[in-house]
Amino acid sequence: MLPNNPIHSLLSGDYPRSRVLGAVLSIVLVCLAFAPFLFPGSQPLNVAAKICVFVILVASYDLLLGYTGIVSFAHTMFYGIGGYGVAIAMYNFSPTWPALGIGIVVALVLAILLALLIGLFSLRVRAIFFAMITLAVASAFAILASQLNEITGGEDGRSYRIPEMLRPAFRLFDEPVMGVMINGRILTYYLIFLSALLLFLLALRVVNSPFGRVLQAIRENDFRAEALGYRVVVYRSVANCLSAGMATLAGVLMALWLRYTGPDTTLSFAIMIDILLMVVIGGMGTLYGAVLGAAIFILAQNYLQVLMGKFSGMLESAGIPLLPNLFHADRWLLWLGILFVLSVYFFPVGIVGKLRQMRR
Amino acid sequence: MSTAAETASTVTLPKVRVDYLPVLLVPILMLVALPLVGSFSTWVTLTVAALAMGMMIFLMASGLTLVFGLMDVLNFGHGVFISFGAYVSLVALGPLAGWVESTNLWLNVGALLACILVAMLVTGALGYAFERVVIRPVYGQHLKQILITMGGMIVAEQMIHVIWGASPIPLRLPEGLRGAIVIGDAAMEKYRVIAVVLGLLVFGVMHLVLNRTKIGLLIRAGVENPEMVEALGYKIRRLFVGVFIVGSALAGLGGVLWAFYRQTLTAGMGMEVNVLIFIVIIIGGLGSVGGCFIGAILVALVANYTGFLAPKLALGSSILLMVAILLWRPQGLYPVAKR
Repeated sequence: MLPNNPIHSLLSGDYPRSRVLGAVLSIVLVCLAFAPFLFPGSQPLNVAAKICVFVILVASYDLLLGYTGIVSFAHTMFYGIGGYGVAIAMYNFSPTWPALGIGIVVALVLAILLALLIGLFSLRVRAIFFAMITLAVASAFAILASQLNEITGGEDGRSYRIPEMLRPAFRLFDEPVMGVMINGRILTYYLIFLSALLLFLLALRVVNSPFGRVLQAIRENDFRAEALGYRVVVYRSVANCLSAGMATLAGVLMALWLRYTGPDTTLSFAIMIDILLMVVIGGMGTLYGAVLGAAIFILAQNYLQVLMGKFSGMLESAGIPLLPNLFHADRWLLWLGILFVLSVYFFPVGIVGKLRQMRR
Repeated sequence: MSTAAETASTVTLPKVRVDYLPVLLVPILMLVALPLVGSFSTWVTLTVAALAMGMMIFLMASGLTLVFGLMDVLNFGHGVFISFGAYVSLVALGPLAGWVESTNLWLNVGALLACILVAMLVTGALGYAFERVVIRPVYGQHLKQILITMGGMIVAEQMIHVIWGASPIPLRLPEGLRGAIVIGDAAMEKYRVIAVVLGLLVFGVMHLVLNRTKIGLLIRAGVENPEMVEALGYKIRRLFVGVFIVGSALAGLGGVLWAFYRQTLTAGMGMEVNVLIFIVIIIGGLGSVGGCFIGAILVALVANYTGFLAPKLALGSSILLMVAILLWRPQGLYPVAKR
């Protein structure tokens, strides 16, 4: 395509570069864009909104892990800051747009400052050390959030109301559009979808800029990048801050969708593991991997369980020992874990990388 | 007179300078805490409890720090061995129910030791398998190591759910080990005293093996310079695997003690202490067993004292301690691995 083509500039010249991948991505995009009309009902809409939020969260993590080669375990901390930013603003002030704006800005500033602090303090050290330190900091933050009862609501978290336009009772039109009543819930969904799309394109812009190239150079060989005259620590810190800011916005969107923020939904280590799985299975070092990883993972989380439950029931009625347990509906993470290990070994490039290789 | 002869008599091997400053931190911390806590008997109770906790953390962390120092592998899945050790002890306790319920102290201790033995054997074997299957292909690649050991941890944790079910399982201490010994006003739980004794014993043995035997010499040399040890004709690979197995078995031992201490078993218990273990080995200096020992005791002391003085701070206290130590010595108390 021509360089001045609008799609070219939207995607920052980073095409899917594989027909299958392009087709799959288009399907995901169409499904997400028309989710309220294609899949009516609250459960499918919930899944679609979660996919949108996690695409952003995973893409922002990929900026660190895949593009810069930094292993951080503090990503849920920033996600949580976004969530709590909304929660605290909405709970303590009136649920209005200005209050929401203030909450988001404060959360963003706090997250970026914290990211900068962690970065300057520990990004000089080796990957392994940074991973451990971020793990410790993140667990400290989770403890803090559950201890500060007066501010965060402690273990129970906070439920709150959001601006009137986004509440389920709100109606945009009197008549249904294409058989679907456009209520505040659907408006919230579109707010999430459009923000996610915008942020994703922005991330694509970042990684395909000269700045993004330097990050990849650092990932490949930080010593050589330093020798070329790039201040590695500065670039790493900026990447860390960018990624933290994006994760914060993902937290904000999730908080708007759930209308609840608590330690389990934003700060738990399980979410960190989910993010890791999504990045690696989708494909590290390519943002399209984040889309596929998040979509596959969340669909599996919501629908694979049902299938596994049925299969397990069949095995159980056949009287086979232990196997029903292996396929128990709650054991879906076991299979994704195995897929994760296998993908680190056999296709470290993930699904996206594999699709791109197949084209060649 | 000949200076050569004189230098020959005085210049022997340079003496290893022992750094006592970090060791002093422990008694200093105890002394500082005494007036703050106020009552002497409470202080004794707290200190013994902290020492017991420290020993358990040390047992769980020592394997990890050894593996890191020697093999340059940070095993994020280390917590799995802790969990497995705990669950395996449950299996071992099954046929020993008579010993557990008996009032004979020796049978009680026997049951505990049998648990430990079985758990160590099983986790050692598991460690061997883990090293072969999961870790061996990724030596020297830190990013992959972190990812793959995390993956191994997820799978193993789910396997515990498959085998033993997902709900927490209560674990009862053997009859004679419950309750406390009261000396004066100070109450010390019997089990914690046993944990202290066991921990000291293991530390002593490790110290002797590392400093007084040829294997220890090779291990320490391997930490310093693996290529050189290899070039001298020793099979460092075999040493690696051995250390990994011992490290896993120690984690299993720590897991058994930790499980009896908490008296409930959950599949995530290993992962929960993983954070604490990382903090301990960062404080101690990656790869250092002595540092790990002191780090574990420091963390436990600080956690227990703050738990009594300012309960809100207790959970985050170890992080604060880590930050303080890293500001003082950025590489940890006893840095070993120079990589």
